[in-house]
Amino acid sequence: MSRPLLDVSGLTMRFGGLLAVDGVHLSVEPGQIVSMIGPNGAGKTTVFNCLTGFYKPSGGKILFDGREIQGMPGFKVARRGMIRTFQHVRLFKEMTVVENLLVAQHQHMNTNLLAGLFKTPGYRRSEQEALERAAYWLDRVDLHAFANRPANTLAYGQQRRLEIARCMVTQPKLLMLDEPAAGLNPRETDDLKELISELRDQHQITVLLIEHDMKLVMSISDRIVVINQGRPLAAGTPDEIKQNPDVIKAYLGET
Amino acid sequence: MAMPESLYYFIQQLINGLTVGSTYALIAIGYTMVYGIIGMINFAHGEIYMIGSYIAFIVIAALAMFGIESVPLIIVAAFAISMMVTSAYGYSIERVAYRPLRGGNRLIPLISAIGMSIFLQNLVRIAQGSRDIAMPTMISGGVDIGPHEGFHATLSYMQMIIFVVTLITMFGLTLFISRSRMGRACRACAEDLKMTNLLGINTNGIIALTFVIGAALAAIAGVLLGMYYGVINPYIGFMAGLKAFTAAVLGGIGSIPGAVLGGLLLGVTEAITAGYFSSEYKDVVAFALLILILLFRPSGILGRPEVEKV
Amino acid sequence: MMRANLKPAIISAVVVAVLAGLLLGIRLDQQGTTLSLVGAGPDVYWKIGAAAAFLFFFNLFRDQLSALWKGLPGLPKAPQKLVEVSHKPALRRLFWCFMIAAAIIWPFLSNRGGTDLGTLVLIYVMLGLGLNIVVGLAGLLDLGYVGFYAVGAYGYALMAMYFDVGFWTGLLIAGLLAALFGFLLGFPVLRLRGDYLAIVTLGFGEIIRILLNNMTWLTNGPNGIGGIPKPTLFGLEFSRRASEGMQSFHEFVGISYSSEHRIIFLYLLALLLVLITLFVINRLLRMPIGRAWEALREDEIACRALGINPTAVKLSAFTIGATFAGFAGCFFAARQGFISPESFTFIESAIILAIVVLGGMGSQVGVILAAIIMTILPEMAREFDEYRMLLFGLMMVLMMIWRPQGLLPMSRPHLELRT
Repeated sequence: MSRPLLDVSGLTMRFGGLLAVDGVHLSVEPGQIVSMIGPNGAGKTTVFNCLTGFYKPSGGKILFDGREIQGMPGFKVARRGMIRTFQHVRLFKEMTVVENLLVAQHQHMNTNLLAGLFKTPGYRRSEQEALERAAYWLDRVDLHAFANRPANTLAYGQQRRLEIARCMVTQPKLLMLDEPAAGLNPRETDDLKELISELRDQHQITVLLIEHDMKLVMSISDRIVVINQGRPLAAGTPDEIKQNPDVIKAYLGET
Repeated sequence: MAMPESLYYFIQQLINGLTVGSTYALIAIGYTMVYGIIGMINFAHGEIYMIGSYIAFIVIAALAMFGIESVPLIIVAAFAISMMVTSAYGYSIERVAYRPLRGGNRLIPLISAIGMSIFLQNLVRIAQGSRDIAMPTMISGGVDIGPHEGFHATLSYMQMIIFVVTLITMFGLTLFISRSRMGRACRACAEDLKMTNLLGINTNGIIALTFVIGAALAAIAGVLLGMYYGVINPYIGFMAGLKAFTAAVLGGIGSIPGAVLGGLLLGVTEAITAGYFSSEYKDVVAFALLILILLFRPSGILGRPEVEKV
Repeated sequence: MMRANLKPAIISAVVVAVLAGLLLGIRLDQQGTTLSLVGAGPDVYWKIGAAAAFLFFFNLFRDQLSALWKGLPGLPKAPQKLVEVSHKPALRRLFWCFMIAAAIIWPFLSNRGGTDLGTLVLIYVMLGLGLNIVVGLAGLLDLGYVGFYAVGAYGYALMAMYFDVGFWTGLLIAGLLAALFGFLLGFPVLRLRGDYLAIVTLGFGEIIRILLNNMTWLTNGPNGIGGIPKPTLFGLEFSRRASEGMQSFHEFVGISYSSEHRIIFLYLLALLLVLITLFVINRLLRMPIGRAWEALREDEIACRALGINPTAVKLSAFTIGATFAGFAGCFFAARQGFISPESFTFIESAIILAIVVLGGMGSQVGVILAAIIMTILPEMAREFDEYRMLLFGLMMVLMMIWRPQGLLPMSRPHLELRT
């Protein structure tokens, strides 16, 4: 078996007296889609924030691509290829769609000040490559026609797709989506499902997903991790999770 | 003999510092209360203090023209009228320049506040002239600390009044915040403005109230400092506002005891700088202190650290 | 509907009348040591009355007014075609060529005073463009911008005084010095939240001014520094008699001396500096760093999640903004020939900020337009000078309420995608 891309052990996050995340273990193999589910307030987003460097975890170890990354600032984690979205859309609203995609490629571009001022060939090439990658992903998420529109003029579902495209142009190793289907209608959710599967199958992207839409989770996940009250409750394939009595009691039991 | 002399000198600086510091504290409360509730720096707050001073001078001059000579009466009238007028100013400013901007980008109300500050300063400059206006001393004398002959420290009656008034004001404010219905609503707003609104409390009213209270406290400081220094001009608000803001940050913005502590600390630091080094550099020290505090302990001495909401 | 508005209308009118009446209607009058009160005179009472009446009717008819405002056809909506046209690069280029040509011709058509005023406008354009990077693009409210202006001006003046440095070397040094100050201040400070940053930079600007005032041994204190050398053109001086070992412009060209040559030269030099500034900023805007500035203004958290180091990006905006202030300061010192700390008060920072706010944050044309308005208006009407700062303050408030994006909001660059 290959080395896991992400290996989290004993992750703990404490806010004052509150233990929001308590000993979470998580392992993501390359090329898998792993979903994290659990009731509201279970600490899923907190786990995301710890992994991506927005919070400094109180304890535990995070191995990403073979390197320890716990406590590293967010932008450095992102540069290693762990790219996330947020529960709420966080686009650069006043900037155009294509500008959003260019900003995201900042770390891969020629940012030398003089090269840009004098438009050296190397700079032009880097700029052209970035534009081409942006165009490719705009095609993939069906937003090519909106390239020069300000991002805040897009419809909600389009904004969600743009966010995923913005992640993809950074050429991530691990894509982390925080409730990507929230607020989408059933048709848009189906499109999203297709897009995520394609990312894995055609682009060999590993995906870590937080989602409440059980139909979506059960149909695309290779593995599912269930978290309840900050603690890991169960982990396994969708079928195993569906039959796990603890999970049914704590979570699915309602239906 | 050298030791006590330097000791009395030190005591004198301490007294002077605490005097100015307590007025900083009064102004700082206005910053801290507004910041605590709507997270905005009310840049025009220093000008409210300046207007308070002008109103006090106008009242004092008016009473003198009517031949009223009772000092306590004059002082009480100055406080009362000045507080009323500045409260109205505080309310109107919030209503006109800040309320329409609530909830957007943080920089927009701040720029509006800077504009308001420039506007008020120049309004007073045009109306009252830019020269210094001096007032004859009304309260003179004081208590000597140390030997009558030779070097000693003095606690003037005016300084005593400043301490007593500040103390009473702080006591009253604390009582109001902790005991009254309105005070409880204030604290609720500082905790979570949206939630408080959902619970059916008129948050607009509470926000206006904090502006009014802040303005009234600034007026108290304006009256006190106006009588203490005896000289005012339209530009005193800018520096005093900056100093008071520094005090609020020093103590931990959002915290009322913090504002008091910060004010006193800043006053003493300045007095000691002026007394032992050079009075020209006391402002530099105050700003340097502000920068250092923000760098190493942005939540101030008594403030709670802010958790970033992702 | 009108009855509902009657109460607030009366209240606002009364409040204004009382508040303004107390502070503006009565004047403190000092005769020796006695303080007395005098009335401010009928014209002031009329003004207060007019303001109260205006507010009364404004509030009374506010629903009708806002309906009228909405129903107003035209300006904000109509120019859709104009917008499309203005996006055409060829037309934009033509527009800029026309502007530049007009700017070059200006001193030859205008008199001495007009040229001088033009130079002043250009200085403010440069300052406005520089601050626009920091405030408009990167969204960092810098209230101590004048500090970097002072660093540039004093940097050149001191260099010239102690080391006999000429203008062109001085320009370079002043820019670098201001950049260094920006970097050193920004490095620790830029981690702070936006509004704290504003106050800290304000403190920095004040510290610089107080230091300049008090370090008399170095800066001559409040008396300022005089005799700062004027700029030269490839070593040619613009004076009647060239100093030792130098040649003067009129001798070289072979025309008779006129003091206007220097005025025009200074103007053209300022224009050149502005054009360089515009060129650099326009390039920066379309570079990764410029896009990162704007992205940071829009959403810092999203930037971090995409691998952008916020501190480094902010620092670059702060430093580059400071550099332009340094250039402007150096030119200012050379033009005036004399500088003192008085030229570098907070008010100056506020004026530059007002230019950026009025012009539209991020918009180059807007900043130029605003600099022209802000500089020329007070010159046009002398009596207006008294009210200048009052109106600036009022304008800042009103702009934030009605048009926070400024007169001319920034236009987004249009990028062609190949498919």
